[in-house]
Amino acid sequence: MSDQVPATFDDFLRGVWRENPVVVQMLGLCPTLAVTNSVANGLAMAMATAFVLLGSNLLVSSLKKWIPHEVRITSYVLIIATFVTIADMLLEAAVPVVHKQLGPFVALIVVNCIILGRAEAFASRQSVKRSLLDALGTAAGFTLVLVLLSAVRELLGTGALLGIDLLGPRFEPWVIMVLPPGGFLTLGVVMLVLGWHAKRSTGRANGEGAA
Amino acid sequence: MSDLTWILLSALLINNFTLTLFLGLCPFFGVTSKTETALRLGTANVFVMVITSTSVWFLNRFILANAPYLRIISFIIVIASLVQIVEMAIKKLSPTLFRALGIYLPLITTNCAIFGLAIFQTNRGYDLWQGLAFAVGAGLGLTLALALMASIRERLDLADVPSAAQGFGLSLIIASCLALAFMGFAGLGAG
Amino acid sequence: MSAGHAHGAPPEMEPAPAVPSWRLLATLGFAGALAGGLIVTVYSATLPRIEAHRAELVESAVREVLKAPARWDTLYLEGGVLTKTPSAGADRRQLERVFLGYTASDSVIGAAVTAGEPGFSDVISLIFGLEPTRGTLLGMKVLAHKETPGLGDKIEKTPFTSRFDGPATPLRGVKSAPSTPNDLQTITGATISSRTVVNIINNATSRWQPLLQAYLRGGTP
Repeated sequence: MSDQVPATFDDFLRGVWRENPVVVQMLGLCPTLAVTNSVANGLAMAMATAFVLLGSNLLVSSLKKWIPHEVRITSYVLIIATFVTIADMLLEAAVPVVHKQLGPFVALIVVNCIILGRAEAFASRQSVKRSLLDALGTAAGFTLVLVLLSAVRELLGTGALLGIDLLGPRFEPWVIMVLPPGGFLTLGVVMLVLGWHAKRSTGRANGEGAA
Repeated sequence: MSDLTWILLSALLINNFTLTLFLGLCPFFGVTSKTETALRLGTANVFVMVITSTSVWFLNRFILANAPYLRIISFIIVIASLVQIVEMAIKKLSPTLFRALGIYLPLITTNCAIFGLAIFQTNRGYDLWQGLAFAVGAGLGLTLALALMASIRERLDLADVPSAAQGFGLSLIIASCLALAFMGFAGLGAG
Repeated sequence: MSAGHAHGAPPEMEPAPAVPSWRLLATLGFAGALAGGLIVTVYSATLPRIEAHRAELVESAVREVLKAPARWDTLYLEGGVLTKTPSAGADRRQLERVFLGYTASDSVIGAAVTAGEPGFSDVISLIFGLEPTRGTLLGMKVLAHKETPGLGDKIEKTPFTSRFDGPATPLRGVKSAPSTPNDLQTITGATISSRTVVNIINNATSRWQPLLQAYLRGGTP
């Protein structure tokens, strides 16, 4: 059975880059775009999502034998919703300012397709250890994109990073970057760069093959 | 401007669900290759949103008043079950309507626009009528965004796009322009 | 529990290899119980801190707009009348409320009133201090808004906020320096946002001032 597949470091790496949840699988777009107007918000959202992802993968993979196929999705949703509720309450207790900034988007983690996707596609079939590595990797990949996007948007939109002014008083902030269009634009540019890169490397590979 | 009109206009244009709140992006980027499909999906969305809004109001008013911590769980489960029941009912009662909307219903049940509607409505403390105005506005706003995106894409099929830009990246840039245009609606509701 | 019975109809209706339906129900029941148990545990663990944060937020806002009162009463609006003690059956969370602040010598400073209306992009909500007898303002603090960063968000910063210390209601938004006690200078580049703030205060004052006056006539403590 698949349980015999040993946990490898690739279980972690896969989610970070090759199967990155956002830029490759295009999942979880709503939080990716909605809360990345500052690095602090992006990080908080990434942490909350990582918490839910770890919790649900852990629970789903350890309970997989007892969950009948017919009610699996409902059970997964129930598990995910539980962790989201917990994350929401913990966040409000620990960092109320950030919680207020993220607002309803913490609750919206529950419909983040990344989490249900990992539960259904991976944790429901694999060992606990592999599922945890998978969750860590996916969370790291998600965090990477969120931090990248929010750093670009905060820096260009306010001239600061994490609230610390970097570009000086002569910099005129591109306010649009911290507003919704800036979210679409930044991710769009990232995707264009990745598309261009992929195009170039396959082109090169083909070229070398021919030569 | 009356309260209800503002809520409707706000969800439809000023704070459009898809273009400024980023809700319902999956269908926005996934299902919008044809205007016809986009309109149908949008209509199904309005329909589900109205059901959602009503049931969320009911839950908040009568069941969850003293248990706010059960909101997320009960919303997601009640919405999912309810849409399923409605789907079965439509299938039985009106095959025509089912053919038009049916296949989209399960698709949008766990869509973040639906759940977002439930959460926003709760956070803002809307009553039944405000909730309904919000649902209709949000649903039409989503339909509008889907239809705009789909019609641009239909035209784009005929355009000569650099190969690196084909696909998702380009859609995001288009969405960015649409969002920029929708920012022009700001100030519509202020007296 | 509300999660449990929503499952009366299992979501997947296709004929499946026979798993008895009691097992499906038992699984969901168990998952529901587990979920409920976890949530309630965390809820009761975090509730004190969450409530403390919320109370602190209200407290600091009231303190700010009422110029550091010695103490204040929370007044609830019930049946068109302000009262310190709503009837037993009423849910206090559902009632609108204002905060009436007193000096150390028990004379009324004014009331902190929360209000909100649509601004440039979304609802602006704020709290302001109102001296109910003369109708002058004591201070204003924006609680939540989504106005444009760099333009509309000036409504939550000085010098704009400091202009609400002293003017008389009804306010009149003006573009230049004020010439009468009712004038309030709006922000260039954020005309709609700042005019909305003025409108919110005027509307809330005309609604709450008579109620507050009636309450004060009815007997101050």
